[in-house]
Amino acid sequence: MNNLLQTGQRLGRTWGPLLGIAIVAIALLVVAPAVLSPFRLNNLGKYVCWAIAGVGIGLAWGRGGMLVMGQGVFFGLGGYAMAMHLKLEAAMATGGPDAIPDFMVLYGDGTMPGWWEPFRSGPFTLFAILVLPAIAATILGFAIFKRRVKGAYFAILTQALAVAFATLLVATIKQTGGFNGLNQFTQFFGYNLYDPVNKRMIYSIAAVLLIVCLVVVWQLYRSRFGELLVATRDAEERVRFLGHDPANIKLVAFVVAAVMASIGGAMFAPITGIISPSDVDATASIFLIAGVALGGRSLLLGPAIGALAVGFGRTFLSESFPDQWTYFLGLLFIVVILFFPSGLGSSWSQLTSRLRTKEVAR
Amino acid sequence: MNDDYLEIRGLTVEFDGFKAIDGVDLTLLQGQLHFLIGPNGAGKTTLVDAVTGLVPATGHARYRNQDLLRMKSHRIVRAGIGRTFQTATVFEGLSVLQNLDIAGGVHRSAWTMLMARRGVPSYVEEALETVGLADLRDKPAGVLAHGQKQWLEIGMLLVQDARVMLLDEPVAGMSAEEREETGELLRRIGHERTIVVIEHDMDFVRSFADVVTVMHAGKVLAEGGVAEIQANARVQEVYLGRTAEEADHA
Amino acid sequence: MDAFTTPLLAGTATGALLLIAALGLALTFGQMGVINMAHGEFLMAGAYTTFLTQQVVTNTDLSILVALPAAFVVAGSLGLLLEVSIISWMYRRPLDTLLVTVGVSLLLQQLAKDIFGAQGDPVQTPGWLDGNIDVFGYHWPYRQMFTILLAIAALVGLGLLLKYTAYGRQIRATVQNRDLAETMGVSTRTVDRVTFFVGSGLAGVGGVAVSLISGTNPNLGTTYIISAFLVVVAGGLGQLKGTVIAAFAVGIVTAFFTDWFNSSMAQVFTFALVVIFLQLRPQGLFTVRTRGLA
Repeated sequence: MNNLLQTGQRLGRTWGPLLGIAIVAIALLVVAPAVLSPFRLNNLGKYVCWAIAGVGIGLAWGRGGMLVMGQGVFFGLGGYAMAMHLKLEAAMATGGPDAIPDFMVLYGDGTMPGWWEPFRSGPFTLFAILVLPAIAATILGFAIFKRRVKGAYFAILTQALAVAFATLLVATIKQTGGFNGLNQFTQFFGYNLYDPVNKRMIYSIAAVLLIVCLVVVWQLYRSRFGELLVATRDAEERVRFLGHDPANIKLVAFVVAAVMASIGGAMFAPITGIISPSDVDATASIFLIAGVALGGRSLLLGPAIGALAVGFGRTFLSESFPDQWTYFLGLLFIVVILFFPSGLGSSWSQLTSRLRTKEVAR
Repeated sequence: MNDDYLEIRGLTVEFDGFKAIDGVDLTLLQGQLHFLIGPNGAGKTTLVDAVTGLVPATGHARYRNQDLLRMKSHRIVRAGIGRTFQTATVFEGLSVLQNLDIAGGVHRSAWTMLMARRGVPSYVEEALETVGLADLRDKPAGVLAHGQKQWLEIGMLLVQDARVMLLDEPVAGMSAEEREETGELLRRIGHERTIVVIEHDMDFVRSFADVVTVMHAGKVLAEGGVAEIQANARVQEVYLGRTAEEADHA
Repeated sequence: MDAFTTPLLAGTATGALLLIAALGLALTFGQMGVINMAHGEFLMAGAYTTFLTQQVVTNTDLSILVALPAAFVVAGSLGLLLEVSIISWMYRRPLDTLLVTVGVSLLLQQLAKDIFGAQGDPVQTPGWLDGNIDVFGYHWPYRQMFTILLAIAALVGLGLLLKYTAYGRQIRATVQNRDLAETMGVSTRTVDRVTFFVGSGLAGVGGVAVSLISGTNPNLGTTYIISAFLVVVAGGLGQLKGTVIAAFAVGIVTAFFTDWFNSSMAQVFTFALVVIFLQLRPQGLFTVRTRGLA
């Protein structure tokens, strides 16, 4: 009897989360396209991009204890890499293989910086979306974690990075479009962006990528690495005396989170048709955290669902009460952190597990 | 003699000009229960801190042709040196089994680290039996009694396959019975390992020590068997005197 | 000579401003482990107080002198309100205070936008600060010198408060050992509130100096807060000496980079320098030594 219960529990532990992921997958890939208008579906696609970044934040912050307040930087690396390619695709479609983006003619001297050149290639762009953030996160993480910079210091440094990154983008109007960012894309790897069928396909790609990221963190959480990551979060110095360098453990989580943010950013550009400094700056980074905090940072599905909810709330409130959105975001942080420090999802599961233990006790 | 011994030469630790440890020489041999005693502030914990990379030190601490003083903490652990802390530090949220399993991470490949745990590795099972926590394997470590946490820590050192164990007051706060069990445990695992115990409890030292080193004010005052140390006049003067009297009255 | 003195003097003034802002941050961080992300908005409150004071006291020569204590009290009260209403509920979770105060910061910014408009308001420079002196060919504005004097005054005032008053002794006791201070009869709750008031008030005073240089603006806080935080990070936890050195270093280095490249590159380089600096000194300039694992 006891054995049966244990087997049941073990099965539940393994398959329960997968079931949750499956439900999210069905909701996003089957239900949403069937019931939502193309406009709403595209909006949902935008939230999905934030959710992809949120899943990474859940890994780094929820499980790893690293409050990453500058994920906008990695979101931006992926977003700008993709946007550069789309911009070149648009230019090449009308102006031939040597054409350059319109804004460079408008603001610059009509020449393109050399580092734009490789982004004419689609495969290179996809490669860059994965590798650029990984390199950036490795260098930064190595420098920070090896010196045992953590807690608030770490959070502030990452936020400072986001500020510096956005400032840099704004200042380089000739190379990155400056304050306006990059926009007016016409095609996505050969597919016309004005065709609703293609828009739907791009939405589906983003949704699939979110599911893939969820499966990746699911495996990470149940692995020995996941246990070690939580151990590092709770007692970093003790882990050192298990023979591990905590810096390396945190670095892995930080890099994976950065790559996920980059993937989210890369899909954000074709879905919204724009990427600009305001999508990647300190405020945008904080916005990414908001969803994760709301949904439950250390849960598997919490960060993704929270990000979707906050994204939806943002659209809804901006439509109904323009200019009041910032108040809601501010209040959200205060209320959630003050009353539900581990997120609504965690409070919910704590409540249900308390009820369940009561039943068992009876 | 085999090369499985820890040799400390001229170990010195300075805190802002104050020498917490002043030129200590120690040779710690395999198969002996080595006790480190001395009054508060003698530098016992600092010595262990220095050898495990927690505080910078000068001098040498050689183990298998490596100088521990020039290595980082986690490298020292990988070289086979393990330690415990005065306040037992186990992962309270993890179960006893998970605590032991996580200690085995050093010897695992990156690929296995990315896999979920399946079953219980034999060395974890063994350690569980050795430290006598088999019945509590699924309990969260946070609910263990103080003594059980210390045993769990020793078990984690076993899983880590620490050849040298530096134990900082493992029996402090334990009942007489638990002390006895701990002593027996150390005897059991002691012959293929180098075990160093920092201790205040003289009864415990008398019952289990093979070699005793007395430290005072950052220096080694005396070294030898229990009887030898108890007979040493200088030791009695700085440390043992009062305790020995108290022990006689008891 | 000009290429050297200009950034040096202007950078010293920026450093002074950062110092005033960072003092309050370092104080609350050192004592309570609280990272107040709304600290920049207290700076903003100080700037708006200056603006409002000028509407009431129209004599600009006089109004700055009124604005200084007024800004201290306004920003200090805001800080006190924040402490009592929110921070005091979450002392066990210092990292979370960071996020809560992010929310407060967003609220205050939007509030300023709604009350005063998204555009900034100009602040009149009083006659006695309107001018400059010639230092090796650089026309050094009196306003910048005023900022430096203000920083020195804040530093000396804070130093005296910590060293010679009963509150100062209680603050130092609380920083060193909160539980022990509590058992010795120090009401650490009261001490925390005083610290929050003083630290936030200092930001208000900094806001007066900012308003003289760039007027008011709802986003004024965000401009300075990150640099101020970098100062605290580089300066080390709760260390006045480290904070002072770091503030002027960041201010001057940024000024030189701005002079050589532009202000946005300067921001990037300063960030990079702080990260590199941390490689040399992980805990900042001056560290408090602790023993053991915990």
